[in-house]
Parts: sequence; C-alpha cells; structure tokens
Amino acid sequence: MSEHSSTNGSGHEAQGHDSHAHDIAGHIKTYIIIFGSLLVGTFLTVLMYYVDFSSMAMTVAVALFIASIKAFLVAAYFMHLMSEKKLVYSVLLLAAFFFTGLMGLTLWGSFDLPTNSTHKTIYVP
Amino acid sequence: MEIPYIYKARPDTGLYNAKVGIWLFLASEIMLFGALFSAYILLRVSAPVGFWPETALAWPRGLLNIPIGTFNTAVLITSSVTVVMAWASLQMNKFSHFRVYMVITVLCAFAFLGIKSFEYNDKFSHYVVQLKSGKAVTGHIEVNGKHPRFWNFSDQWSLARLTTESVKEISITVDPERDKHGHVKSHSNHAHENKTIATDDIQFLGSYTPATHPFFAVYFLITALHGLHVLGGALVLAYFAFPGAKMWKDNPQQFINRIEVGGLFWHFVDLVWIFLFPVVYLL
Repeated sequence: MSEHSSTNGSGHEAQGHDSHAHDIAGHIKTYIIIFGSLLVGTFLTVLMYYVDFSSMAMTVAVALFIASIKAFLVAAYFMHLMSEKKLVYSVLLLAAFFFTGLMGLTLWGSFDLPTNSTHKTIYVP
Repeated sequence: MEIPYIYKARPDTGLYNAKVGIWLFLASEIMLFGALFSAYILLRVSAPVGFWPETALAWPRGLLNIPIGTFNTAVLITSSVTVVMAWASLQMNKFSHFRVYMVITVLCAFAFLGIKSFEYNDKFSHYVVQLKSGKAVTGHIEVNGKHPRFWNFSDQWSLARLTTESVKEISITVDPERDKHGHVKSHSNHAHENKTIATDDIQFLGSYTPATHPFFAVYFLITALHGLHVLGGALVLAYFAFPGAKMWKDNPQQFINRIEVGGLFWHFVDLVWIFLFPVVYLL
C-alpha cells in the first residue's frame, strides 16, 4: 500500500530521515517559544483589564490587538501558515474576503440601530 | 478505482486531499463563528447605556470568573502546543512521545470542559433580583433552603413561580460591589452578606441564563458551540492516540497526515478561544 510500509512493531523507519529530523528539532524550539509567548499574551490581556483606559474603544482595541497577535502566532507557527502551499492561501483569502465583508456589514448595521435610552425598564412586566 | 492523493501530495498543489478538505472546512468555521461574533457585536452596541443591573439591559462587564477563565485559556494553549509536539514526534519516529503528547492534549481538553461546566453550573444559581424600590441585587439565591442546580430545570425560579408556589421570601448571598468597569471594589461592605428578600418586594428575578439577558444568551451560545468543538476534537484525537494508531504500522505517512489535520482543527478551536476569552470575560 505504501512505500513507507514498515513491519517493525513500533513503527521505526530509519531511512533518510536524519536531516528531516534535524529540521523538526528546530521546529520544536519554535513551538516552545510560541507557547511561552501565548502564555505571556494571555497574562497581558488579563493585566490590561485592570488598566483604566479612559475610553471603552481603547480598551476593546488593546484587547483585540493582543488577541490578534496571539492568533497570528497560532496560525503562523502551530498551523504552519508561514510556509503553506498556495492553494491553502487561496482558500483562506476567500474566507478573509467574506469575513471582512461580514464585519463590514456588522459595522454598517451598527449605525442603523435604534437609540438606546428607551427600553430601560424592559424587566418591568 | 483508487482515489488519488489520499496521503501523497498532488504534485501541482503540493497538498494531499485531507489538507485541502480541512482548510475548506476551517474557512467555513471562520464564517460560522464570525456570524456569532457579529451577533454579539450588534447585541452589545445596541444595549442601553448604563451599568447593569441598575439599568436592566445595559451590557454587563466582569460577570464571569476571570482567574478561572485565564486558567482555562492556559489549559487550551497547552493542549495546542502538545498536539503540535505529538505531530513533530511522529515526524521524528518517536511514537511513544507522540502518545504521551496526545494523552496530555486529550486530558487538557477534558479539563477545559470540566472547568467550563463548573462555571456554567454556577450561573444557574446566580440571580439578579430587581426590587420594586428600583434597586437591584445580584448573588446566589436559596429558595426554601435549596440552591438551584443546573441539571434540574425545576430548580429555576421566576417571580411568577415564586408567587404561584406562595414562596414568601428568598435568601441571597449578595455579590461584592462593582465599580463602573465591572471590577470588584476592594473594600466592599456588603460582600457575601446574606440577605432575605420578601417576594412582595421583587419586581423581577432571573438566573444568569439566556432568558435573563442577551449577554447570557450570546455567552452560552458561543461558548457551548465552542465547547462542542472541544468535545468533538478531543474524541477524534483520543481515537488517533489509541485505536486509530494502528495505522502508524501500515501507513505511517497517512497517519502523520491525520495527526496534522486533526491538529489543524484543534489549533482552530484554540484560536476561537483566543478571541472568545477577552470578548466575554474581559470586555
């Protein structure tokens, strides 16, 4: 079925994997660094919650900025998007297009909402 | 007929079938969670200005347990790094390391779900009580000496039910006071004070569940959908770690690919949480 077939019980196959294994060892170091960065990012996000940015917009922007960096680290290194094939990028470009459109419509829609001061007492039957 | 490129990469794209498949699937998942985040944004910006619960439908902040949420985030990040380490271990022909990393990943997944259930459970006995005087109190309630529990919907209370069952009063363990940012005030006098409230004084009462406030509706919807993804991912990864690992002997390349694809899904689940955590816990 496969040229990689191995009858060895533990799945060992020695042929031609040395340089490959060396690359992977390098990757592992990267993974550990990213892991650390993600934990630091999480800690930072929580820390920012206790910082009083005078505006809510600023608070949201800071939180989403840190989240975006963390998301980039996961996507770029854990999901290997740093060095992926072109077709994968095409698929993601399509998702990015529609996602941006969705968020754009959300933003547009948010200007169209009724003003908020009237339904304060909705709990009252 | 044999299906081509099951595990070998197609020369022109450089991808095997499952890799194209998982990325198409993840693209659709981006839109699924994107739509829910969009709903969250619209609910939030349309909420009345003011501070919850004094202003009944103002957007609440800081209601969820931040230390627990932070810990759960760390648990999920750990599982994300262990699943990629599992994949790297296979690349280096270290099957025993692979299995250890996979077991840690699956354990982290169940730890995450366990912690989340604990948080969910708490919300079912946590109530907001609006008094006829216009004041509002939040805290954990006891009715007839019993805490409501989430596995028993008949434990849930509304004003109508209090009235029909002629419950004269409820007791509530009052939450610590919060400032306008939702931060707990450090020198709160009323923290954990036990209060008795007469049913006649109550204007409204509801638990921290979807019917009470759009925040809880969107919180439970998104986190539960995310939780289902964690559960699904954990089951698949557990399958790969044990019964599915037989493939390592017959077709190691296809098995490595499976772990890569399973891992991609798992990282995506982590990625959603990276946004979800600040959005529902902190903002």
